[in-house]
Amino acid sequence: MSRASNRFDTKKVNSELVTLTYGALVAQMVKDAENTDDVSKQLERLGYNMGVRLIEDFLAKTGTGRCMDLKDTADKIQSAFKMYLGVQPNVANWSPGGDEFSFILDTNPLTDLVELPDDLKNLKYCNIICGVIRGALEMVQLDVQSWIVQDQLKGDQNTEIRVKFIRRLEDAMPAGED
Amino acid sequence: MCDQSVFEIFHSELVNYVIQNNETQLKNTSKTHGEDLSNLEYIGFSTGFRIIERLTRELPRFRDELDTMKFICTDFWSAIYMKQIDNLRTNHQGIYVLQDNCFRYLSKLSNTKQYLDLSPRYVTFTCGLLRGSLANLGIRSIVTAEVQTMPSCKFHIQVQRN
Repeated sequence: MSRASNRFDTKKVNSELVTLTYGALVAQMVKDAENTDDVSKQLERLGYNMGVRLIEDFLAKTGTGRCMDLKDTADKIQSAFKMYLGVQPNVANWSPGGDEFSFILDTNPLTDLVELPDDLKNLKYCNIICGVIRGALEMVQLDVQSWIVQDQLKGDQNTEIRVKFIRRLEDAMPAGED
Repeated sequence: MCDQSVFEIFHSELVNYVIQNNETQLKNTSKTHGEDLSNLEYIGFSTGFRIIERLTRELPRFRDELDTMKFICTDFWSAIYMKQIDNLRTNHQGIYVLQDNCFRYLSKLSNTKQYLDLSPRYVTFTCGLLRGSLANLGIRSIVTAEVQTMPSCKFHIQVQRN
């Protein structure tokens, strides 16, 4: 075969592949579902399923240990963003009680090449990221809530993802077993 | 700059979504027929149609159909699947067979016969991706896949001439 291989930047192609496939999926979901809230919910669930598996990959690749507090967790998630999305968000806007914080992304690879039409303005396009965070943290016994506060797709300056700590999950034995 | 594993996990969720969505729709219409993966193929098609445009933007025009296929087998495949197609065969009349001996989405599945009947789920997206890419390069085609032993896979491309 005459052409030299590796003429493309595989990392960049892979990133575009994710962006484009994600876009095609969201378009399909919008077609399938009756209202946009359902789509947002479904994206979150899809993200959750991904998060449940991604955390394994993350722990295996980084060999990271236990987090001492939520600040520690936030830093770890920050490095996971870097690893998986290639962007480094800022951790900011801690609540006074220290149980709520935000990730602020200047650029979001998921929304590269994306424009929301007017009738989908309330679609939470990036909800998948919230799902991933929730799913991943659930696997390390942290129950959190995550939602989007600001979205570049809707004209905001940055994309801001809020994470709220709910409680620590305890390993529970199934009923009837000792 | 996404990590590789992200797309792999995302791809399996994609398959998951399409299948679950079909199941709920089948319940509503109470129809019973085989698995419908056309939505998955279409997602692949739209992705391929768009990504090929970005990949070939800086490249010179392909000489002919075979040249295009060679590009698909080498550069395109290694950009997306991290390896080249292992074997390309053609009858020079519009039929091309692309063989990948270790297809990325099948390589994580059992290589026994246990899940062989589920393999269409994991190759349909790629069929669409190929069809979409070729369509944008001006080649109308029908793409089907054939899996005999995991994890190898053959993609049959039939070019539509009329």
